Amino acid sequence: MKISIKDVEHVALLSRLELTEEEKQEQLRELNKILDYMEILNKVDTSQVEPLAHVLPLQNVLREDELRATLPKEKVLQNAPEEDEGMFKVPKIV
Amino acid sequence: MGQYEVVIGLEVHVELKTKTKIFCGCPTEFGGEPNTHVCPICLGLPGVLPVLNKKVLEFATKAGLALNCKIAEFSKFDRKNYFYPDLPKAYQISQYDLPIAEQGYLDINVNGQTKRIGITRLHMEEDAGKLVHQGLTISSSNSSLVDYNRTGVPLIEIVSEPDLRSAEEAKAYLEMLKAIMEYIDVSDVKMEQGSLRCDANVSIRPMGSKEFGTKTEVKNLNSFRSVQRAIEYEIARQIDIVEEGGKIIQETRTWDENKGITLSLRSKEEAHDYRYFPDPDLTPLVISREWVEELKAGLPELPAFKKERLIKEHGLPEYDAGVITSSRALAEFYDKTVSLHPDYKAVSNWIMVELLKLLNAENLEITDSKITPQGLAKMLKMIEKGTISGKIAKQVFEEMFNTGKDPEVIVKEKGLVQISDEGQISTIVDQVIANNPKSVQDFKAGKEKAIGFLVGQVMKETRGQANPGVVNKLLKEKLTKL
Repeated sequence: MKISIKDVEHVALLSRLELTEEEKQEQLRELNKILDYMEILNKVDTSQVEPLAHVLPLQNVLREDELRATLPKEKVLQNAPEEDEGMFKVPKIV
Repeated sequence: MGQYEVVIGLEVHVELKTKTKIFCGCPTEFGGEPNTHVCPICLGLPGVLPVLNKKVLEFATKAGLALNCKIAEFSKFDRKNYFYPDLPKAYQISQYDLPIAEQGYLDINVNGQTKRIGITRLHMEEDAGKLVHQGLTISSSNSSLVDYNRTGVPLIEIVSEPDLRSAEEAKAYLEMLKAIMEYIDVSDVKMEQGSLRCDANVSIRPMGSKEFGTKTEVKNLNSFRSVQRAIEYEIARQIDIVEEGGKIIQETRTWDENKGITLSLRSKEEAHDYRYFPDPDLTPLVISREWVEELKAGLPELPAFKKERLIKEHGLPEYDAGVITSSRALAEFYDKTVSLHPDYKAVSNWIMVELLKLLNAENLEITDSKITPQGLAKMLKMIEKGTISGKIAKQVFEEMFNTGKDPEVIVKEKGLVQISDEGQISTIVDQVIANNPKSVQDFKAGKEKAIGFLVGQVMKETRGQANPGVVNKLLKEKLTKL
């Protein structure tokens, strides 16, 4: 399966990446290379195999409904580029 | 507008009332200072490992069972990817192709008709944070503030089939869903606090058509009333467009409660592309049938069954039974009161008339009032014994509602005991007869109704405390002797 420059632009938008024309071309080549590699895996007959939900043979890992310590507010906001009234300040949305 | 059929499906989010969040031990409590109910897990900091809260699985499974769903034997969590600042990880942990429950239904009652509404699926997911917009509206604000306290609060999303055919049916469905969640005790289901949220998918099609029309999704429905109003508005808007030869655009619209209209919410994002994939941080769930059966056996009597029982066994009118069972607290109040005073009709009447009147007047929930089943039962016994009249009882009831005092204490304090002493009443009856010759004449002339006026006068004289039976008897005796 080959992807087009349109697919690259779509994926870039979803990832909030701004790419130059040159970078788009480069991504196109790179992504197609990865997809070519996947083609090898596609040769395996998986018609009788259930899709894998998890790579480890684990199931039902659950915790009790018990309170644990929360993070102090200074730490919560430590990485906030901007803050106001104890909240994260973010640029205009919508 | 008879030539259009309305098609509605609802997506309902219910916050589960666990102590802690779905994947970490932070409190789920509503309110709280911004960003104080958070930890590295719900903030999505690198290197953390979410682990599912056992109670969430239990509550979601119970909800699925109460909605007559098939509970999955194998279920898993997936990542739903999108950028929005209320989502710190840039993905929401949700369930995609293997939800915990599918293919259920619930029955609604509209205009005396029972209708079965299909439930497509029910899945578990985490809630997002809250955006506080600076500026007057979303679009006029230059920046937003984010509070992550709600991030990771457990939710179940319940998706209905497009089986609803009117705004009224949609409201009835939501009310029944709320009642069921309340009965099984998995959520506070308070729309005003956001623990019950609803989005509506609305479309119209020519009557008789099998194909669905283009739908719009209406959001920001914060009360039962707004659900109904917004859907009614949206139906009218769509019909107008089609009548004028236009085309409905598939889009998300927001309900503006003040203006009473829906507005387009155009997003910059292209068509939704969530790129779901299994969350590698969480292990799959294998749900044992024994456990499911155990939960099923532990479910309480649900509203529809309770309603049937009140109609069949207690002889209540269908409407009254429906109202009483629509809220768990009201149904429990009724149950407790009749267990102390098994006069079903009297208990139901006092709840339907006096209690609901007082609750509605002050916009209270029954749990906010001071009235107790013990108090009501005691008061009804006092009426039965003739200690107080039904009329005085209304006064006593209101006092109990406001203060929670014992009815006997109220009656004593206010001197409201019914006067049944014939000697005492006789004197007053004589006075009334002497003071109202016109009515006496009327009665004598065969106007039976005149006696009602005279009874009223005696009651007035005694401030409503005279036993009406005794008053009637004495008046008749004395008048016929005249």
